Amino acid sequence: MVDYDWPASADRTLIGTDVLRVDSPFKVSGKAQYTTDVNLPGMLYATTVRCPYAHAKILSIDIKAAAKSPGCKAVYVIQKPGTEIFWAGDDVVAVAAVDELSAAQAAKAVKVRYQELTHLVMDSNPNPSAGFSQPMQPETVGDVDSAFQQAAAVTEQTYSMPVITHCCLEPHGSVATWTDSSLDVYISTQSVSGIVTQLSKALNMPASKIRVHAEYEGGGFGAKLAADRWGLAAAQLSKLAGGAPVRLVIDRHTEQQTAGCRPSAYGTIKIGSDQHGNLTAWQATTWSTGGMTGGAEFPLPYILKIPNQRNQHTTILNNIGSARSMRAPRHPQACFLTMCALDDLADKLRQDPLDLVVKNLKLAGPRAQVYKEEFDVAAQLMDWKAKWRPRNKNGTKGIQQGVGLSFHTWTGTAHPASCALTINPDGSVVISSGTQDIGTGTRTVVAIVVAETFGLQPGDIQIQVGNSAFPASAGSGGSGTAGGMGSAARRAAVDALNALFAKIAPSLGVQANALSAGGGMIVAGNTKMSWKQACSILGALPMTTHGANPGPGDLNSSGVGGVQMAEVSVDVETGVVSIDKIVAVQDCGLIIDRKTTLSQCYGSLTMGIGYALYEEKIMDQNLGRMLNSNVEFYRLCGIGDIGDLIVHLMSGKGYDERGIVGCGEAAVISPGAAISNAVANAIGVRVPHLPLTPDRVLAALGDQP
Amino acid sequence: MAIRKHRTIRRKKALQRKAAPPAFGPGPVPIQLKVNGQTMSATVEPCLTLLQVLREKLGLTGAKQVCDRATCGACTVIAGGKRVYACSMLAIDSQDLEITTVESLAENGELDPLQQAFVEADASQCGYCTSGFVMSAKAFLDENSAPTLDDIRKGMCGNLCRCGTYAGIAEALLAVSRTKVQSKRRRAHG
Repeated sequence: MVDYDWPASADRTLIGTDVLRVDSPFKVSGKAQYTTDVNLPGMLYATTVRCPYAHAKILSIDIKAAAKSPGCKAVYVIQKPGTEIFWAGDDVVAVAAVDELSAAQAAKAVKVRYQELTHLVMDSNPNPSAGFSQPMQPETVGDVDSAFQQAAAVTEQTYSMPVITHCCLEPHGSVATWTDSSLDVYISTQSVSGIVTQLSKALNMPASKIRVHAEYEGGGFGAKLAADRWGLAAAQLSKLAGGAPVRLVIDRHTEQQTAGCRPSAYGTIKIGSDQHGNLTAWQATTWSTGGMTGGAEFPLPYILKIPNQRNQHTTILNNIGSARSMRAPRHPQACFLTMCALDDLADKLRQDPLDLVVKNLKLAGPRAQVYKEEFDVAAQLMDWKAKWRPRNKNGTKGIQQGVGLSFHTWTGTAHPASCALTINPDGSVVISSGTQDIGTGTRTVVAIVVAETFGLQPGDIQIQVGNSAFPASAGSGGSGTAGGMGSAARRAAVDALNALFAKIAPSLGVQANALSAGGGMIVAGNTKMSWKQACSILGALPMTTHGANPGPGDLNSSGVGGVQMAEVSVDVETGVVSIDKIVAVQDCGLIIDRKTTLSQCYGSLTMGIGYALYEEKIMDQNLGRMLNSNVEFYRLCGIGDIGDLIVHLMSGKGYDERGIVGCGEAAVISPGAAISNAVANAIGVRVPHLPLTPDRVLAALGDQP
Repeated sequence: MAIRKHRTIRRKKALQRKAAPPAFGPGPVPIQLKVNGQTMSATVEPCLTLLQVLREKLGLTGAKQVCDRATCGACTVIAGGKRVYACSMLAIDSQDLEITTVESLAENGELDPLQQAFVEADASQCGYCTSGFVMSAKAFLDENSAPTLDDIRKGMCGNLCRCGTYAGIAEALLAVSRTKVQSKRRRAHG
């Protein structure tokens, strides 16, 4: 029976330490090649003609003038006359030309006539006109009405967070070359292996003839799992242009308008407890939109199994573009609605919300003890007991400070992955997989795992990812890549090392099981041999093993918990909220690389500050379009906005035994709630809607009785 | 009297500048750019930005096009000693300036100390904004070699990162400025 288990903590030299990201040197020197950087000989530039209406039917398309436009090499009709369009910015026709200017001119020459149809782009009304909403059956547990009657304290409040966009800095796009025999596609994707199947199905071409490349990818956050209509159009244009490479990258306006949409969340939450704060009753009337595709509901109440509860959700189907999964889908919404309600209840009871939450962790299921430990650490790092004061006693002039908290869970389940690992007779090691590194540190995780197993350094391992010719792996979603690839790499490396030991044992005159690897050496008792020397015994042929996930050995598991505390300053005269400090305490099983794990948490907090304070996809009902489809007015968090970010990772005994659990998304869940609660603590009144912009803060202060 | 004379000269000079606008186009025009110490020639449409020419004509793809309207800083290069948004300058207007791009920082494969500080602080994730940040930081540190954290938060606010690497970027800048100060001290004492 082969032992694949992770090395015991005393035997780890790399796992869990601060290893530098292996591909950073390429990124800081501008050498990393992204899809938008690909410039092939004879390449054509493509652009698309997009529907300006939120809801319309295509009546006719005239491409004759476009085809004759100077420099135009191909025109492809993506959606034919008669097709119903459901959002502004949807692609209708694509053109390819010798340069960007000629492509823009050809696109201008395309004539499309539309019949406008009734649209809805707003989502604040839970009961829009017929056809735009889909009420779901209410779900009830226990006796909700009598639980509320018996409750000592009840609060009821409506909270909301808007649709936000992914705003990937590298826009969606691809460079496609479709010749008679093959289709070669560079694409900005977080699913290298999966894109092959999508292209194969959509273009009716054998998957064996399709090659997908994505060596570097400029941000995905869940928005880049599909080939998309523009991805297929790039291939079709290449075919029409006789196999010339075609680059089709969407512009910023289109990226903001159509290529990313995290569903909104609105909810009227009623919550009740006994006089001590033990939760007894919950009622949630919620609604949200993810565009026309649905999929915008969220699990309520978040984490806590309140004994009596009623949940009724309505999905708004509107014309804003389709929902795309975004970093911890559904969780930030559920967390925000639940944690704000808990905080308001604590205020009503004049209790410290930390006490109220800890008291109710008995309803939190299997990770209750983890949350308890994390709250203890967080309270210390924030100095919570000294900083927290009841609301309303903080004064109403100048700058007011406050603190708030939240907690969250995420799955982080390792996804299916596979890899091929080759040890060459010269001692060099190469591992390849059709996975991708979207900035999360996949390459670094794989390098650490293989180097740790072989007793080498991460820099000794050559990592090849981002090419569908390599063994297939799942798309990077659900924080599954570190677990999937880490486990697959461990299995391949253990098998490779055992095979190497079997090969070299006879020449050392020992049993293979007497051999071990460490410090760049292969060791058997007093006999030592360098890694390179040992590999030379392989002779002429390199040795290749394969690893996969799932597979033998308990190398990963699922389910993490995290808690966060935020401290804010609010200028009650201008309504400006600024972050002083955020403490995040996060559990994520066995940490492979502490450095990049921390970076994932910092990144999540930064994105969390963004959606708590600034980000909102602003739609205009008359125009049916997004008003801030750029980076000026779709405001991202900047370097001056983050305050002090303190991240504490729970690791060591009791945590490491769980193996790898993904940590790329969890910490993005709580900031909305923690920051909103901190603002309520600072100014004595709830600002019920995110983002907490100055106008909303001032409006809430004005509403104060 | 002296003041009036001075004003007249200034007005005359301004008029001369106005009176002789360089004529470009229609159609592509030949231009020369001084990039990373080399003179590079290209024939471009007068409406192309410096960023488009660097990326599409000269093969220097480190600077990225993100917002395309001088907001995010992913296209930052140094021109005439100052950091500029290459998406918002015309290539034809950049001909007199010494332009430095991220590709020039590493010498013989050896990273510049600033780049090395970015690596050590893990100041990049997806890396798409990184070139812009590195170039912006380069010019910023040339102006202020020993910045405080507050200086960095103000002075680097013209660049945006979606992955959230700001904490690492600030750490990198503080580290590199500390090293500079130390090596200056060493030189002073040694």
